[in-house]
Amino acid sequence: MIGIIDYGMGNLRSVQKAIEYLGGSAVISSEQAVLNGCTRLILPGVGSFRMGMQNLSRLGMDEYVRARVCDTPLFGICLGMQFLLEESEEEGVSPGLAMVPGRCVRFAAGKVPHMGWNDVHALRSPLFAGIPEGTQFYFVHSYYADTDAAHTIAQTEYGCRFASAVQAGNAYGVQFHPEKSGDAGLQLLRNFMRL
Amino acid sequence: MLKKRLIPCLDLQDGRVVKCVKFVDMRDAGDPVEAAKLYNSIGADEIVFLDIAASYRGQETMKEVIARASEQVFIPLTVGGGIRTVEDFRTILSCGADKIGVNSAAVKNPTLITDAAMKFGRQCVVVAVDAKRNSAGRYDVYINGGRVKTDLDAIDWIVQAEQLGAGEILLTSIDRDGTQEGYELSLTRQAAEAVNIPVIASGGAGSKEHFYDVLTAGKADAALAASLFHYGMIKMNELKEYLNGRGVPVRMV
Repeated sequence: MIGIIDYGMGNLRSVQKAIEYLGGSAVISSEQAVLNGCTRLILPGVGSFRMGMQNLSRLGMDEYVRARVCDTPLFGICLGMQFLLEESEEEGVSPGLAMVPGRCVRFAAGKVPHMGWNDVHALRSPLFAGIPEGTQFYFVHSYYADTDAAHTIAQTEYGCRFASAVQAGNAYGVQFHPEKSGDAGLQLLRNFMRL
Repeated sequence: MLKKRLIPCLDLQDGRVVKCVKFVDMRDAGDPVEAAKLYNSIGADEIVFLDIAASYRGQETMKEVIARASEQVFIPLTVGGGIRTVEDFRTILSCGADKIGVNSAAVKNPTLITDAAMKFGRQCVVVAVDAKRNSAGRYDVYINGGRVKTDLDAIDWIVQAEQLGAGEILLTSIDRDGTQEGYELSLTRQAAEAVNIPVIASGGAGSKEHFYDVLTAGKADAALAASLFHYGMIKMNELKEYLNGRGVPVRMV
C-alpha cells in the first residue's frame, strides 16, 4: 500500500488514480495510524510553499515524514519535491523539511509559471529506469530547486538549468507531474513503486 | 526547451461529443473518454472538454465524464463551459480536472478569477476570451458563446485577467472560428506580448502551416483545434513531425 499524504491542498486523486491504473493501491490520508501501514509515501502538491508547510506541520506530518524516511521510500511531486529542500523564498523565506540542501527560488526569466512539457536530462537514478534521456514531462511551477550536483538526479532547461529531480537517501522528488505526463510519467511511478 | 502544445478540444453536450470524432479504431465515437484516450495515445499534449450547452444537466454528466477520463487519461485535462462559482471550481477539480476555463462568468464577476486562484492556485485558472475584430482594428470581447458584445477591449481584458490571477489565456478569434482560414495572428501576438502567462490560440486552424504560423509569428504557447483533429484532416503525429521539422519545439511521442 502506498500512502498519499493529505495536507489539504491540491488534486491528490489523480496521483491515486495513476497508481491504481498501474495495478497498485494507494490511500489518501493524514493519519499516522493509516500511513504506518504504508510501505511507500508520496508527498504530492499544488499551492504555495508556506501554506503547504504550515499545513504539514499542523498535522504533525513534517516530523512524521522525517522519521519514516529513514527506512521508507518517499516521493515528493512538484510542491512536494520543494518541501524536501531547506527553504523556499516563496512569500518570504520559509523553512522546508531540509532533507536536500538548497532553496527554492523564483524563475528570473521567461513566462512564469513554467507550464507545459519540457525535456528532462542527465538522468541518474533507478527512478528513471527505462526512460530515455531527454524524455518530456509536464511541468507547472514558478519556483525551482537550487541545490547541489550531488543531490540532482535530473536536469531541465528553462531560462537556466535547474534540478528537475532530486534525491537524498530514501527521499526522492520530481518537479514535474508524473501523473500528468502520459506514458513516461506512468513508467516513473511504476519505478517508484518498485524501489 | 519548453515545448509548444497542441490541444484538441472536445465539444460536449449532455456528456457526448458533439462533433463526432471519426477515428476508425474508436468503439464509441460519441464517448468523450474514448476520444480523450485516443488523443492521449497519439500525442495530444492536453485535452479540453467544453460543455457547449452549459446547462445544469450538462454539469452533472460532465462530472461523470471527467471522473472516468481521469482514471484512464494521464495528461492535463481542462474543463470549460458553465462554470460560474468557486464552488463549481471545487466540484470540477475534485472530479479530476486539472484546469478550469471561465469565460462569461469571469467577465460578469472578475473577482471569480482572484477567488479561484487564491483557493486552488492560479495554474488551474484558464480565462477564455472570445474576441472579434472591430472597425478600428482592435478586438472586442464577446460573451455568452459569442452572442453578446461587451465594452471590453480584448487585450486590456487579458492584461486585467492576468493581474486578477489567471494562469493561462485561451483566446478564440470569433472571426476565424470554423473558417479554417488560419488563426488570427495579430490578435494572438498582441495578447502573447501583453502578458507573462501562456496564451493558447484558438479558431481558424485549417492546415499545418496555420499551426506553424501561430506558434511562431503569432507567438502563441499552444494551439487548440477541434474539427480539424476530430475529422482526421490533420493527424496529430504528422503535425508534430511537420512542426519539429520546421524547428518548432514540440513533444514527440
